[in-house]
Amino acid sequence: MLYSEKVMDHFSNPRNVGEIPDADGVGEVGNAKCGDIMKMYIKVKDNVITDVKFKTFGCGAAVATSSIATEMILGKPIDEVLKITNKAVIEALDGLPAVKIHCSVLAEQAIKAALADYYKRQGIDPEPIVGKIGDCEACGLH
Amino acid sequence: MSHIIYADNAATTRVSQRVLDAMMPYFTENYGNASSIYSLGRNAKRALEDARERIAKALGAEASEIYFTSGGSESDNWAIKGVAERLGAKGKKHIVTSAFEHHAVLHVCEYLEKNGYEVTYVPVNANGIINPEDVKKAIRPDTALVTIMYANNEIGTIQPIEEIAKVCHEAGVLFHTDAVQAIGNVPINVKEQGIDMLSLSGHKIHAQKGIGLLYIKKGIVIPNLIFGGGQERGRRAGTENLPAIVGLAEAIEAAVENIPAKIEKVSKMRDRLIDGILKIPRTRLNGDREKRLCGNVNVSIEGIEGESLLLMLDMKGICASSGSACTSGSLDPSHVLLALGLKHEVAHGSLRLSISEENTDEEIDYILEVIPQIVERLRAMSPLWEKIVKEEK
Repeated sequence: MLYSEKVMDHFSNPRNVGEIPDADGVGEVGNAKCGDIMKMYIKVKDNVITDVKFKTFGCGAAVATSSIATEMILGKPIDEVLKITNKAVIEALDGLPAVKIHCSVLAEQAIKAALADYYKRQGIDPEPIVGKIGDCEACGLH
Repeated sequence: MSHIIYADNAATTRVSQRVLDAMMPYFTENYGNASSIYSLGRNAKRALEDARERIAKALGAEASEIYFTSGGSESDNWAIKGVAERLGAKGKKHIVTSAFEHHAVLHVCEYLEKNGYEVTYVPVNANGIINPEDVKKAIRPDTALVTIMYANNEIGTIQPIEEIAKVCHEAGVLFHTDAVQAIGNVPINVKEQGIDMLSLSGHKIHAQKGIGLLYIKKGIVIPNLIFGGGQERGRRAGTENLPAIVGLAEAIEAAVENIPAKIEKVSKMRDRLIDGILKIPRTRLNGDREKRLCGNVNVSIEGIEGESLLLMLDMKGICASSGSACTSGSLDPSHVLLALGLKHEVAHGSLRLSISEENTDEEIDYILEVIPQIVERLRAMSPLWEKIVKEEK
C-alpha cells in the first residue's frame, strides 16, 4: 500500500490540529472500534468558516483526510462547504489507496457533523440543510 | 540515527553473510541440475543431500523425512490439506487448531470447512498460551489432525508443544506444528518432542525468501503436492532450488548453534524495550512475559492507532509492525490480539518490535527515546485519548 506524497505531507505536518474552546459547532464521527475517530471544531461568521481545528485518532489516511478537509473549508462560505464530497477530498490528496476510501468519507461526514451542530446551536433543524449523516459504510460491515 | 533500525525480524530477516557465502558457489559454479548424470549434476546432488542431512541432524530427524518447499505457507498448506485428504477419505474429517494460528493455517482450515470438514478452534488464554487439556477435549474419534503453532508470530508466545503432542498421540491423532517463528529460539527435536509434521521457513532465520521445508515423519503418507519429475522422492516435483536449499541448511545450523547465548543477548534487549515502553501510561504487554520468544515485543498503547505509529517510526528510521486493522488489510484488528480478549480499540493501538542478534544496545536506546515522543504527539491529537483522560478523572 502506497500513500501519495500529499498524504504523507498532511500526515507528517497536519494543518489546523487542535481544539477551539469557544467553537460554534463541533462534529465527531467514526468510532474507536473501527479505529478511526475524527472531531472537527468550527467558528462561523456571516455564513463563512472563519476558523477550523481537528483532532483525529486513526491511521495515516485518517489524519491526512482530516487535515486537508480543514484546509478545504477554511475561509469558505457554508454553501460551498456543503458541496465538498469525499471524492473532492481524495482528489485533493492525489488519491488514496482503495482500502482507505472510507477515511475520505469520514472527513466529509466530520465537516457535515460540525455544521449540523452549528445549526442545532442556532435552533435550526440541520437535516434539510446538511442532510442525514449516515454511518460510515465501512463501519456497517462489522 | 542515520541508518535504518530493523526491528521487524518476525516479518523477515536480512540474509546473513554466512548464508550468502554458502550459497554463492551454487549460482555460477555448481549450477548443475541435481538430476543430471555428469559430474556437475552429481556435485549438485551431493550438495542437496548434504544440506538435507545437516538439516535433519539439526532437527533430530532423518534426512528422508525432510521435504523442501517454497516456505512456511506451502508447508502448512501441504501438511494440513494432505492429512485432511488422506484421512478424510477414511471418514476422519475433523481438524483441531487454535484461534490464533497464522493465516497459512487458518485459511486452509476455512477452506476445509467449506468442503465438508469440521474444525475446532481451541481457545488461547489471556496470556496467549494454549492449554493441552483444551486440545485433549477438542479431539474426537474422527479427528484427523491437530495443528498448533510452536510460537506465535505476533505475540511470540511459546506453546507447550511436547504436552500437546502427547495428548494427540494418546488419542492416536497426528500432530503438526508451524515452527516458523520458533526455530533458533527453542531447542527443536522432532523425535524427542513427538512432532509428526513440522513447517519451517528460511527467511525468518537469515536465509532467503522462497525456501522452507516440511518434516514428515516416516510412515506418514500424504498425497504428493506437485506432480512432475521425481524430485523430493516424487512428493514435490520441480528442479530443486539448490542455492536456497544450501542457504537454508546454513541458516538452520546457525540458528540452532548456540541458542542459550542468543537468548541471553537478545532477551536483555527485549526486556529493556518492554520495561521502557511500559513506563508510558496506559500501555500493556500482549502475551506472556516469560514464555515468549527472546526477540518479541508486542505492546498496546491506548489512545493511538498502530498505522500512524508505524509511519512516524518509519520517519525516524525504525521498521516495526502493528496488529491494527489498517495494517492487517481488513477492517478488524489482528485476530491474534482479539483471541487474547483485547478490545478492538486497544488492539488497534498495538506495536510489534521483533529484534535479532543484529540489533544493538544503541538502537534499543534510540527506539526508547523515540517512542514516547511519537506517542505523546499522536495522543495530543487523538480524541480517543482525550476521552480516556476525561474518564480517568
